[in-house]
Amino acid sequence: MPGDRAALAPASGWLTGYGKVVLNALSDKLEKVLGRLKGRGVLNEQNIDEALKEVRFALLEADVHFAVVKSFIAGVREQCLGQNVLGSLSPGQQVAGVVQRELARVMGGQQAQLDLLPDDLTPILMVGLQGSGKTTTSGKLALRLKGQGRRVLLVACDLQRPAAVEQLKTLGGQIGVPVLDPQPAGGDPVAAAKAGLEHARVNRFDVVLFDTAGRLHVDAELMAQLVRVKQAVSPRETLLVADAMTGQEAVNIAASFHKALGVTGIILSKLEGDARGGAVLSMREVTGCPIKFVGVGEKLPALETFHPERMAGRILGMGDMLGLLERAETTVTRDQAEALAGKLRKSEFTLEDFRDQMRQLRKMGSLSDLLGMLPGAGKLAKAAQAVPEKELGRVEAIINSMTRAERDNHTLINGSRRRRIAKGSGTSVQEVNRLLKNFAQGRKMMKSLAGAGGKSYKLRQMLPF
Amino acid sequence: MGFFTRLLGGLSGGGSSDLGRRLAGAAQGHARIDSQLLEEVEEILITADMGPAVTRRFLQTVDNEVRHNRLTDPTRMWQILRDDVLRTVTRPGSGGLTLSASPTVVMVVGVNGVGKTTTIGKLAAHFTRSGKKVVLAAGDTFRAAAGEQLSLWGQKLGVDVIRQPDGADAAAVAFDACQAAVARGADLLLVDTAGRLHTNVNLMAELEKVQRVIGKAIPGAPHEVLLVLDANTGQNALSQAASFCAGAGVTGLVLTKMDSSARGGVLVNLVETYRKPVRFIGVGEGADDLRPFDAEAYVAALFASAADAGGGGGGGKG
Repeated sequence: MPGDRAALAPASGWLTGYGKVVLNALSDKLEKVLGRLKGRGVLNEQNIDEALKEVRFALLEADVHFAVVKSFIAGVREQCLGQNVLGSLSPGQQVAGVVQRELARVMGGQQAQLDLLPDDLTPILMVGLQGSGKTTTSGKLALRLKGQGRRVLLVACDLQRPAAVEQLKTLGGQIGVPVLDPQPAGGDPVAAAKAGLEHARVNRFDVVLFDTAGRLHVDAELMAQLVRVKQAVSPRETLLVADAMTGQEAVNIAASFHKALGVTGIILSKLEGDARGGAVLSMREVTGCPIKFVGVGEKLPALETFHPERMAGRILGMGDMLGLLERAETTVTRDQAEALAGKLRKSEFTLEDFRDQMRQLRKMGSLSDLLGMLPGAGKLAKAAQAVPEKELGRVEAIINSMTRAERDNHTLINGSRRRRIAKGSGTSVQEVNRLLKNFAQGRKMMKSLAGAGGKSYKLRQMLPF
Repeated sequence: MGFFTRLLGGLSGGGSSDLGRRLAGAAQGHARIDSQLLEEVEEILITADMGPAVTRRFLQTVDNEVRHNRLTDPTRMWQILRDDVLRTVTRPGSGGLTLSASPTVVMVVGVNGVGKTTTIGKLAAHFTRSGKKVVLAAGDTFRAAAGEQLSLWGQKLGVDVIRQPDGADAAAVAFDACQAAVARGADLLLVDTAGRLHTNVNLMAELEKVQRVIGKAIPGAPHEVLLVLDANTGQNALSQAASFCAGAGVTGLVLTKMDSSARGGVLVNLVETYRKPVRFIGVGEGADDLRPFDAEAYVAALFASAADAGGGGGGGKG
């Protein structure tokens, strides 16, 4: 919604400026290498090679496979050679630009959809290593498909791990999707899968998801069993669930599963952490399969479509501006944003509003989380960890200890009220003073900006702190 | 020997990813150390998940030898690397767990899906076998059926499991379990925790709370905090270790799924960076496939296959 963005983001648009912003962090590094080059016109082999060393290191740190890095770098080098240095871009930016474009291209250009049969039962097989998140992802996918109005059945074929069936049943209960208990099948996953398919057909489900046991790609016996499961249900989609934190082994994992089963898509799990996720590039490279979804949280709705552009930025350690925007959008409604902007203009911004703002911000994730999504702020995010989070808690406690009247009009708060608030919130009078002082200052600044017809984004920038 | 062959099997099973054999192969393919050989070594180390920074350090060691001590013999280079790796992974306190108190409280932490609950089951089996009384605390009250999973382990081993309903406060479970362990005269209390991504500030704070509460129930506890890591994890393992060491006071590492890949290079990387001892490694699905970490055996396994592949030229083994 453009309205939201206007309120939340710089007017010039984080969106429109996205490409540029994202490129900054890596290009800063490249700039150092290529700095001497300015105005000389053409990128030559020597300086490109130096720059690509930085790129190479970044990719290896992100767990992209060595061989994939090698061929990728060779491709980029080719593209960079002989390119004219454009007037508006520095050589560093230019190389970084080529790198990011190429990364996004390798990861699959556009978003891939699930291949669902419109009028018939679609069987989907979920496979992967132990602990990659198959069961949770099955639940997430079921919820997503159910949300699209499809009748979904979950079939538990993981008879290996203790209580895996229990886990799927619990998940099914949470999202209101039936789970087929494999008990009658007597411990044989192939029979369980067959029974599941039959049950889904008879009861006219639209989609049936088979959650299989995790197995190591080097375990020939279990891989053979999986092949039999596949033959029994002939799935429309065979989705490999892979951990975003996987290292160099990713190529072998993907290759083995693909060779045995003919994987049709990849789901990258646990992307909400700080893994750069270079493994996805390796897996895409060896299988040619599209990345269909990414898991971004423990909660069941936390499954998103894959955006190659963003992933490219992430792999290069350049932040995820779009992801940040999206989070802001899901937590702040347009109405809220507009109401706030109105208040600011009329300088009615109160401590009550301030608290709302703070709560919204915290809903978006931890501070370090949010900072981590900003390009170049990775280090900052580490430094910010935990401490400001506690700080925010204290600030909120102070405001909570005020009366409604005090929150609406902070000038009411005199010395004795301050003592009371400090006591009530378990803080000190000094802390209350500091908060009130900062609030008054911020409010003044906002007023002057709003008075000058300032854009709402400027206000937004100084809002919560 | 079971351990050794298993580890060796794990480490060399992956064909092209067999670190030792490849290093030896690379060494034999060259009459002397040149830039091409160093490039091959770099590839081998990086594909073993040692990470670009540690790899660079190892290569610098070799480079120094070449420059200052006129090192030219590739097999000698191979041995220098081996010694370097061994020095790196040898830490005081490596290998197993000594029960220092009664009960010794061990908290097990890590990100989702690394095998914490399974590791606890295997640890319980390990200590039950040696005649210790073990109590398990089902502190993962978040993941669906995690408590269930631990209970099944308990049944199998005949070990008490302290549980509360899903969604209960993990710290309360831990507190209960501490009291139960004392009351029942247990030698070892293993506290499971919910998997959490190290970037989740709130959940990391919860972990600190569990730890505090354990300390209140039994002064001086937890005596050990084991961080469980998946051997398939790449460079993010470093980030995980950093957060858990800072937030949960990790005292030792457990590397699981070591049998899955030829790697385990991430182990070298972790120990080099965080100087924490590796207590156990998981090398298979069986209950007895969690073994005390033995640096010598690990490095031997890592590099021994070089001799197998080496035939005539693998003289570097000495």
